[in-house]
Amino acid sequence: MREVAVIGVGMTKWGELWEKSLRTIFVETALQALDDAGVDKIDSMYVGSMSSGIFVGQEHIASLLADYLGQTPIPSTRVETACASGGLALRLGTMEVASGMSDVVLVGGIEKMTDVNGYEATYALGTAADQEYEGYHGITFPGLYALIARAHMEKYGTTREQLALVAVKNHRNGAKNPLAQFPFEVTVDTVLNSVMIADPLRILDCSPITDGAAALVICPVEMARKMKKPVIKIIGSGHATDRIALNQRKDITWLEATYQAAKQAYAMADKKPEDIDFLEVHDCFTIAEICVIEALGLVEKGKGGKAYEDEITFLEGEIPVNTSGGLKSKGHPVGATGAAQVVEIVKQFRGEAGERQLKDPRIGLAQNMGGSGGSTVVHIFEKE
Amino acid sequence: MEGIVGYGAYIPRNRIKVEEIAKVWGADAPSYKRGLMLEEKSVPSPDQDTITMSVEASRNALKRAHIDPVDIGAVYVGSESHPYAVKPSGTVLAEALGATPEAHTADFEFACKAGTEGMFVALNLVKSGVVRYGLAVGADTSQGAPGDALEYSAAAGAAAFIFGRDNLVAKAVDTYSYMTDTPDFWRREYQYYPQHGGRFTGDPAYFKHIVGAAKGIMDKAKMKPSDFNYVIFHQPNGKFPFRVGKMLGFQKEQIETGWLVNKLGNTYSGSSPLGLTACLDVAKPGDMILIVSYGSGAGSDAFIFEVLDRIKEVQDQAPKTRDILDKNIHYLEYGEYAKFRHKIKKAD
Repeated sequence: MREVAVIGVGMTKWGELWEKSLRTIFVETALQALDDAGVDKIDSMYVGSMSSGIFVGQEHIASLLADYLGQTPIPSTRVETACASGGLALRLGTMEVASGMSDVVLVGGIEKMTDVNGYEATYALGTAADQEYEGYHGITFPGLYALIARAHMEKYGTTREQLALVAVKNHRNGAKNPLAQFPFEVTVDTVLNSVMIADPLRILDCSPITDGAAALVICPVEMARKMKKPVIKIIGSGHATDRIALNQRKDITWLEATYQAAKQAYAMADKKPEDIDFLEVHDCFTIAEICVIEALGLVEKGKGGKAYEDEITFLEGEIPVNTSGGLKSKGHPVGATGAAQVVEIVKQFRGEAGERQLKDPRIGLAQNMGGSGGSTVVHIFEKE
Repeated sequence: MEGIVGYGAYIPRNRIKVEEIAKVWGADAPSYKRGLMLEEKSVPSPDQDTITMSVEASRNALKRAHIDPVDIGAVYVGSESHPYAVKPSGTVLAEALGATPEAHTADFEFACKAGTEGMFVALNLVKSGVVRYGLAVGADTSQGAPGDALEYSAAAGAAAFIFGRDNLVAKAVDTYSYMTDTPDFWRREYQYYPQHGGRFTGDPAYFKHIVGAAKGIMDKAKMKPSDFNYVIFHQPNGKFPFRVGKMLGFQKEQIETGWLVNKLGNTYSGSSPLGLTACLDVAKPGDMILIVSYGSGAGSDAFIFEVLDRIKEVQDQAPKTRDILDKNIHYLEYGEYAKFRHKIKKAD
C-alpha cells in the first residue's frame, strides 16, 4: 500500500450563499484546491454530499461536478454517509491512491442548504436518523442530541455551563477564521440565555445551516516530496458504524463508532491519543464534542465536560480542539464538513492559520460523524 | 408645485399581545419581543377589511383636504388583502367618498409597497396635469399563518393621501423607485397564507432595496441623511428600520416618530404610509421628511416631502395616528383573535 499525502486544499467563505449555486460553490472551491496543489488534471474524484436531492433537487452530482470542473470523463463518485460524507470521500480517495489505481485524486464535499426553509432543512437532516424508530415519531436532530446531553448530565454530572463552554471556545477560535459563517465570540451567559431549541440545548449549542464546500487534492507521498511544500501524510484512517437509532444503543452517552474508527486509525498510524497535537472534531452540538473527545480517548469516559472547565481543549490548551471554529462557528454544510476539517489541519501544518495558528504542530486528527453517531470516519495526519 | 393636500390614518381598535400568541404555540415570548422588537399588533374586527379601512382613512384625509370629492380624478388602493380577487376595492372606496363617476381607479398589489405604488402614480398624475386631485391608500388586513413568525407582526391599518397642486400641507420634492426580481415572499392564487424565504427576506431583499432607494433619492435630490427631520422605513418588525437607518447614516431620533411597529405590528401596504401620517401629525413647516417603502418581490419607493405652513391648520382636523394607536384600544385573547381573523372553521 502506498503512503498518501495531501497536496492541495480549497475552501471559500461559508454562509448563506444565495447568489451561488451548488455547482458554482463546488467548482470555485475545487479550483482553489487544484491551484493550491499545482495540478490541472486529476485521475478521479470523490464528492461527499448528504442530501443534494432534498436541498436543491439535484442528484447525480458526481458527474455534474466533474463536468463543471472540466474533468470529464474521469471517474467521479458521490459519497453519502450523512454528515460524515466528506470524511468518507477522503478515505475512499486515499484507498484509491494507496492501491495504485490512481495518482492524483480530488476529494471534497458540498452542501447547499439555504435554498430551502428551516422546516425542510430540518426534515432533510432528519433523514440521517432512523426513520422508522426515530423520525416518524417526530424527533429531530436537536432532540436526539438533547437526549444524549440529558443522559450525560444525569450519568456524569456534566453541567449546562460546561456545554456552553464548548460553544464559547469554538466561537473564540472561529472569530479568528475569516472563512467562518459566524466569526464572532459568545459568552457562557449568551449561550445560556439564547433561544431554547430542545431542552437542555439552546440555539448556541447547535451548529448552523450553511452553504459551503471544501476540497483536497491527494497523491502518493513520493510525488508530494517532489513539490516545494510541507509533506502532509495521511498516516491513519478508520471508519466504523454503529446502530443509528439511539434506542438501540447500550449507552447513548458513548459514541461507539467514533471509538472504533479511532482505534483503527491509531493502530494504522501507530499513535496513541497522547501523541495527537490538535484535532478537528464533529461538534454538530456542544454535547457532541464532549462525547467525541471521550470516545477518542483524550479524556476518561464521563470527564469530557470537565475538560472544558480546565480549558485543555482551548487554543492555548494542552490539546486544542477545533481551532477552525468547528461546526459551531465555522458552519456545517453537512457533506463538506469532513473535508473542511482537513483543510484546517493542513493550514495549521503549513503555518497558514493566521491568528489561530498553533506552534509547529506535527500530528493532527480529524473526526467526522454521521447522524447521532451511526457512522464515523477518523483520519490522522503527520507533517513530515 | 405638487404634493399632499390632505392625509388620514385608520387603525382598528383591537390588539393582541405577543405573549398571547406565543402562549398558544409554546413559543418564547421574550425572545420574540427582544429579537423582533414587537409588543402587540392591531387586529381587524370581523366586519373590517381593506375597503372599510380605506374608507375610514380617506374620510380622515378629506377632513384635512377640504376639497370636493368629485374633483378627485384618480382613486388607488394598494393592498395585498383586497377582499375580492376579481372586483376592485377602488370602486367601492370611490363610491363611498362620492368621487364617482369621473375618476380613474386601480387596485395595486406589490406585497408591502402597494400603498406607496398608488402614491407614486397618483402624485405623478397630478404632476402631469392629467388629474386635479389624486387619492392613494395603503391598507391591509395582513395574513400570517398560525404559528409562523409572521403571525406576531401581521396587522391591520390604512393610510390615505390626497395629492394636488394647491393648498398643500407638504410639497413633494422628489420621488424614486428601485426594484429587482427577488422572490423573498409570495402567495399564489387560492393560497390563504403567504410563504417567505426566512432569512433571505433580510440582506438580499429588505436591506438591499431600501438602501438602494434611499441612496438613489438622496443622490437625485442632492441631499444627505442629516438634511431630514424625519425618516420612515418600511416596518416589518421593530429591528429592521433601525438597522437600515444605521446603515444609511440616520440617527435613532429621526426614525422614532414614524416608528409605530412595536405597538401596531406590520400593516403591510399601510406600514410606511402610517409612519408618514404619524410624522405629518407633529411636523412643523420647513421640516423635511424621507419615506422609503419596501415590498417583497422586491422593490422600494422613496419620496421626499417638505412640510408647508398649512400643516398647522390641518393637524387637528382629523384623528392623529399616535392617538388612534394608543387610545381606546381593546385587547383580544387568542380565541377571539382566531374568530376575528376567520381562522375558525364553522359549519357551512
